[in-house]
Amino acid sequence: SEKMQRRQTSKQPLQVHHKNQTGLSAWRKGGRIDPEKSVQNHQSPNNQKNDSKQDSLEQALSYFEKVQDHVSLKKNNVLQKHLTTVESIALQRGLPPEGFDVLLNVALSGKLSDTVNTRLLKSLIPASVIPETSVVSSVSWLCVSKCSSNIQLLFLRWLITVFDFIDHKEQLHALYGFFFSFLQDEKMCPYVCHLLYLLTRKENVKPFRIRRLLDLQAKMGMQSHLQALLSLYKLFCPELVTITLPGKMKTYFKDSEGPWKATIKTVRRRKQENSPVSQPLFLGTAQPQSRKRKWNTQLIIPASSTNKNNLEEDRENQCVDFYSTNEFFPVEQLQTFSQLLQNIHHLEFPSQMGSVLTNPLLLHYMNCIKDESIYLRLYYWMGQTLQEECTWYVADNKQYEEFKDFLEMVYKAECFLQEGFSSCEEFLYKSLPLWDGFCCRSQILRLVSWIPLSSFSEMKSHLYDPLAQLFFTSSLYFKCSVLESLKELLQNWLNWHVIHLDSESDSQVHSLNTTLSGLVNVVAELIDFVGWISTVALRLENNPTFLLYFILDFYETVCDMYLRYNLPLLIMPPAGVFYPALLSMDSVSLNQLCYIMYRYRTNLVAAKENELSKKKILQFKFSSQTYQEYNQYIIAMVGCLWTSSAFQKDIHPQGLCMDDELLKKTTVQEFKTSFNIIYHPAMMGYAVLFLQQAWPDDMTFNFSLIKGKKWNWYLEYLYAQGLKGLKVFIESSINRVSQAS
Amino acid sequence: DSQKTAFLLRKQWTLYSVTPLYRFSDAHLRDYARLLSAFIAAEKQKGLAVEIGVELGIKVAISSLPDLRGSDRDQAAILVQLSSRSPASPKNSEEKVIWSGWFCSVSGDDFSENVPEDFTCLPLFLANGAESYTSIVGSWFQKTFDCCFRRLAISPLNLSWMAAMWTGCKVDKNVSAMELVFSVPHLPQPLDISYAIHPEDAKALWDTVQKTPGEITQEEVDVFMDCLYSHFHRHFKIRLSATKLVKVSTAIASAHCDGIIKFLQSQYLTGVLMLLTELAISQIQ
Repeated sequence: SEKMQRRQTSKQPLQVHHKNQTGLSAWRKGGRIDPEKSVQNHQSPNNQKNDSKQDSLEQALSYFEKVQDHVSLKKNNVLQKHLTTVESIALQRGLPPEGFDVLLNVALSGKLSDTVNTRLLKSLIPASVIPETSVVSSVSWLCVSKCSSNIQLLFLRWLITVFDFIDHKEQLHALYGFFFSFLQDEKMCPYVCHLLYLLTRKENVKPFRIRRLLDLQAKMGMQSHLQALLSLYKLFCPELVTITLPGKMKTYFKDSEGPWKATIKTVRRRKQENSPVSQPLFLGTAQPQSRKRKWNTQLIIPASSTNKNNLEEDRENQCVDFYSTNEFFPVEQLQTFSQLLQNIHHLEFPSQMGSVLTNPLLLHYMNCIKDESIYLRLYYWMGQTLQEECTWYVADNKQYEEFKDFLEMVYKAECFLQEGFSSCEEFLYKSLPLWDGFCCRSQILRLVSWIPLSSFSEMKSHLYDPLAQLFFTSSLYFKCSVLESLKELLQNWLNWHVIHLDSESDSQVHSLNTTLSGLVNVVAELIDFVGWISTVALRLENNPTFLLYFILDFYETVCDMYLRYNLPLLIMPPAGVFYPALLSMDSVSLNQLCYIMYRYRTNLVAAKENELSKKKILQFKFSSQTYQEYNQYIIAMVGCLWTSSAFQKDIHPQGLCMDDELLKKTTVQEFKTSFNIIYHPAMMGYAVLFLQQAWPDDMTFNFSLIKGKKWNWYLEYLYAQGLKGLKVFIESSINRVSQAS
Repeated sequence: DSQKTAFLLRKQWTLYSVTPLYRFSDAHLRDYARLLSAFIAAEKQKGLAVEIGVELGIKVAISSLPDLRGSDRDQAAILVQLSSRSPASPKNSEEKVIWSGWFCSVSGDDFSENVPEDFTCLPLFLANGAESYTSIVGSWFQKTFDCCFRRLAISPLNLSWMAAMWTGCKVDKNVSAMELVFSVPHLPQPLDISYAIHPEDAKALWDTVQKTPGEITQEEVDVFMDCLYSHFHRHFKIRLSATKLVKVSTAIASAHCDGIIKFLQSQYLTGVLMLLTELAISQIQ
């Protein structure tokens, strides 16, 4: 048995080109003109064997074409021989299109015994396609009932299995009424239902057919095959019939694979072709419901189902409406991206917008359609669901998992659409003050990164205040997660800004909060907030490298905002971040800081050049304070790492400037050089390794050897160790002319 | 007018908030009834298909209640009634209403004005009858008009507002006592305290509290309740302010914190609905 599936019909049934088919006569003449067959022959190691097989199949077919009535299998060796030939070739490589007409005719005409007919039908394995004409003539044999009912059933089962291999289906569709009349036969009914399920189009759904099916239902009771067909009718004509499928149902058509499916697969695999069978369709109505809870207190993402609602609306406006209702493509049938492309002009959103969350194709479609009502429908549904399900205080594990999955799904949809949902933003503002920082942590923090831009007063009270409270009282790991999500929030805002720069002419974009000055303010507030919590966190946690990494990662985005995101804003990290990074015990942090300072420089230089080249006064320019801060930091950095004069030259109020007398009291010798690229605690490891390589015999670790040419070698060594940040920093910010002399 | 809405009185209604209905139209109420009736039949006999438009065991009537609104800018209320036919003699026996529910909006125009045309704002839904039917009807509306139903609970704060407002209302026959029910939290066994006050006494107290007729402030409500609490404390040494107000019954209406209401006076029906509409809107916004 298999799950109910409805194959895509008629549009693109097979990849085979019909011009490649040859008539039986041409084939008989032994010409290997069929490219498909010639391909087969090339693949086969033994062409001669294939030739002889082909000859014997040819003989067998011509025998079956002329066979007389009532030939007994037992007494007739010729029949036995030809039957075996057909069977073995069918099993091995399938039968050519030309074979089906002959074999179906003989099997359904009742000329031969049922044993032979059964064996013939069982060997009807298509090598490529099945001509529609052969199927149509078989149906006419069926109507005259020359064959036994067992053979009829076997034929129907075969037809269902090979449905996708039939080259055309138009004539077959014309026989819909004939097939429908076979429903009367109680034995045939399940298979006929399945066949009709494959054939049915909207125009086939008629009130008289519905009534006939309902009569059958009344007579036979609940039958899965009738349910399936009626569900399909409901899908096409929800105004005529309705059905609710029981939730636990899984199998709609029993035994539909028959004895052919496995062989077809084997033959296909041998030919290394992909099956043309398209994705199965699952009727969205049968959604498993795991638990019994009160109505509407269960988190259910609605299934995609056609919007029944406009059916009546449009019936009345049909003359006005450009697309008549018949043209709508039911969302239940939307399974592939190509279907989406083909039907995008007459696709409609499902009756419940919430279902788009689980349907990537509909999310694609949503991306194309900018309609307020779509977002509003989603807004209401999501807002209510989030509020109803958010149970910070309930320790029901199962419910917790469900809620977590739901948040995850919302986040994924936001990533897909590259924009935050306003219902989700409101939910975060409402629930963050009550959040324990633990429940659904990663989901909540990821959702934070999609909060849309809004005015600061709102952000401060709704987001920053509750977040800061949790931040300071939670673990190091939580702090890093918060910094990570705030970095993503910043990047999302900046990306949004870049995208909307292009569409600046759109008047609707320019609401109060999204003007450039508004944006600059909001971004600045976020960066200031992160600067503040980073400073405090570094002190609280005693400057761990792990935390510093996340902080500097944030500033990697900040330092490049002008050039990468075209935002006229640069903010230097606070001293509470800069100095711990500069004096870090870890080369990773120091290297990261060097890279950041290099990018600040590049951005500031570019801004200055722009400012000077443009005659008109720019609306935004960096304040002199930014340049001043940068210069203070650069003096401190160069003083530390290069000129060994940090304690004298650092002019930052929170910097390293110290009195010589005081420094002498520390009894540290050579204190001046203690933070240059050799003696810096983050660098000394490199210096030791360098010494070992440069003077392998010298065990005294005489660092003073690194000078002049060796200093340059040492630098090259550091760059080769992957300290690229240090490289770009030294190359850009340090004047090497003096060094060369 | 009062006769048309008389059937809404003296019944217990369970409250829900409903987000705006998408593509709902007053012009199609009959079609909706037909579809809903088939949906109910299909839900009740899961797995059996139902033809739409034929007579079924449960009849659905959907109609408009144009009187139930605050102003012309409100959408007319929509009444849904399910009635059963006796299968034995479908023609003779009278149809019996087994479930009813109605959507309404009384002075909810601030909200509805900001919603696009495709949406119909009827934010308050009230149901009377078996919950299984509420569930089926609600699901159908959710599926068909992409809306969301949520139970509407009434907070103790709002209940005290109701107590104060309804105390001040004039009623012709002032018979029934005003009753406040309090629940004592954190006890192994539930303990409810019922506090009944003669309506004239309550009115006299309220009149001394309220400064401007026709206008109520939070402060006045607090003072009113505090007076009642201190009176109770003087007699029973129980501080009601430490308990939770769960139910308010007056001659106008009675309301339970679980979101259950009973209307008693048709002349104050829209007034009560206005307050409930406001609560429903605040839950969906």
